Amino acid sequence: MDKPIRVLVAKPGLDGHDRGAKVIARALRDAGMEVIYTGLRQTPEQIVAAAVQEDVDVVAMSILSGAHNHLFPKVVRLLKEEGIEDVLVLGGGVIPEDDIPGLKEAGVEGIFTPGTPTKEVIEFIKGNVKK
Amino acid sequence: MNIEERLLEGDKRACARLISLLENNDEQAVNIIKRQYHRTGNAYVIGVTGSPGSGKSTLTDRLTKELRAQGKKIGILAVDPTSPFSGGAILGDRIRMSDLALDKDVFIRSMGTRGYLGGISKATWGAVKALDIYGCDYIFIETVGVGQSEIDIVKMADTVLMVMVPNMGDDIQAIKAGIMEIADVFAINKSDLDGADKTKLEIEMNLDLNEKSDYRAPVEQVSAIKNEDIDVLLQKIMNHENYLKETGKLHERRRRNLKVEIIQLVEEELLKLIMDKALEGDLLEELSHEVEKRKQDPYTAKEKIISLIRE
Ligand SMILES: Nc1nc2c(ncn2[C@@H]2O[C@H](COP(=O)(O)OP(=O)(O)OP(=O)(O)O)[C@@H](O)[C@H]2O)c(=O)[nH]1
Ligand SMILES: [Mg+2]
Repeated sequence: MDKPIRVLVAKPGLDGHDRGAKVIARALRDAGMEVIYTGLRQTPEQIVAAAVQEDVDVVAMSILSGAHNHLFPKVVRLLKEEGIEDVLVLGGGVIPEDDIPGLKEAGVEGIFTPGTPTKEVIEFIKGNVKK
Repeated sequence: MNIEERLLEGDKRACARLISLLENNDEQAVNIIKRQYHRTGNAYVIGVTGSPGSGKSTLTDRLTKELRAQGKKIGILAVDPTSPFSGGAILGDRIRMSDLALDKDVFIRSMGTRGYLGGISKATWGAVKALDIYGCDYIFIETVGVGQSEIDIVKMADTVLMVMVPNMGDDIQAIKAGIMEIADVFAINKSDLDGADKTKLEIEMNLDLNEKSDYRAPVEQVSAIKNEDIDVLLQKIMNHENYLKETGKLHERRRRNLKVEIIQLVEEELLKLIMDKALEGDLLEELSHEVEKRKQDPYTAKEKIISLIRE
């Protein structure tokens, strides 16, 4: 059997909506991936700790509250501090066009705004995993 | 430093990577376990099983916090079902264990069943060894929310904790269908809800019927969500641990489990050996045609396949 891609789906930030995260979790599962779902209101530290223990290939985060410019890069930074450079980091949620270049610069390699077909996310993951 | 050396130093990433490699049937990983096997056997393994949604994850979180207060190092393997259609899975047990993520002496790993039936995954056996070498004092294995037949946890655990809930309705059938025999400790979780007394009574009555050894499984009412009587439950688990250790039954039980594990490994290897040969020259294809046309019977077909490796 092929080794399944392992994806941590996390909801950092304070907003209490995880509908989007659940939709993407199901889509990734149906695409044959193992999705580790960690629930609401995760701190960047918790996300990185889980990514370490779960040895994931991808960390996918979604935020609706607007704290993405702070939280996404922080996760990338903490991963680096752990010595982890081979994990693909993705961000989703309500993210203004203008913020996207900065986030990519910071190491959030894929940015997906609401309405992105899940197929696109799946293709992106399959084409960009590093392990 | 390589994975093996880092694992021995208690490096979380090394432990995590080793478990992945074991899940992917990597030979190097198996060799690490072989070399370090002499270090295993120190961790005490607690299987946590029970019906879906009974509170296995929440209870594991609470029990872990109790043990952490005693300074113990904890490993948790949380198994959820892999979809037979896509091969994917949603592993959601960590949701109930968020507080533990940052504890340096807690290691939580979610695993998909990856086609293995029995409420755990094939790699769970290996993962337990990895956590044991990593230095865990206690390892919890949370099984898939089980029906009645998926009780493989008994082949791996030193203590089986059966999580029940009040007003189980149909689940009471499960009690009759073999679950009574495998449980070492019963937790009636969600005892903050009505009906816990009745459930306890039902379980106790069943235990009365089954009584045959000098150990009787205790039935403890707890509420994981309200963090009530978790200390009492942990004490019951430790009583069982002490009972097994004092009577020598822990060795007996582990030997029984290892026998099963070895047989399973042999079966797996034999099957692979035979099927590789049978699939080689399309023999299986050919035989199934002939059997379907009634030119042969399945028993003769089986003998032909077996004869491939019997020399
Ligand atoms: N009322 C009450 N609810 C509880 C208690 N313990 C857990 N729950 C709730 O029961 C639900 C399931 O809890 P989990 O811990 O995820 O149960 P589980 O057995 O691990 O579930 P699966 O892994 O999906 O089989 C959650 O909504 C919990 O909040 C309890 O003591 N009382
Ligand atoms: Mg669970």
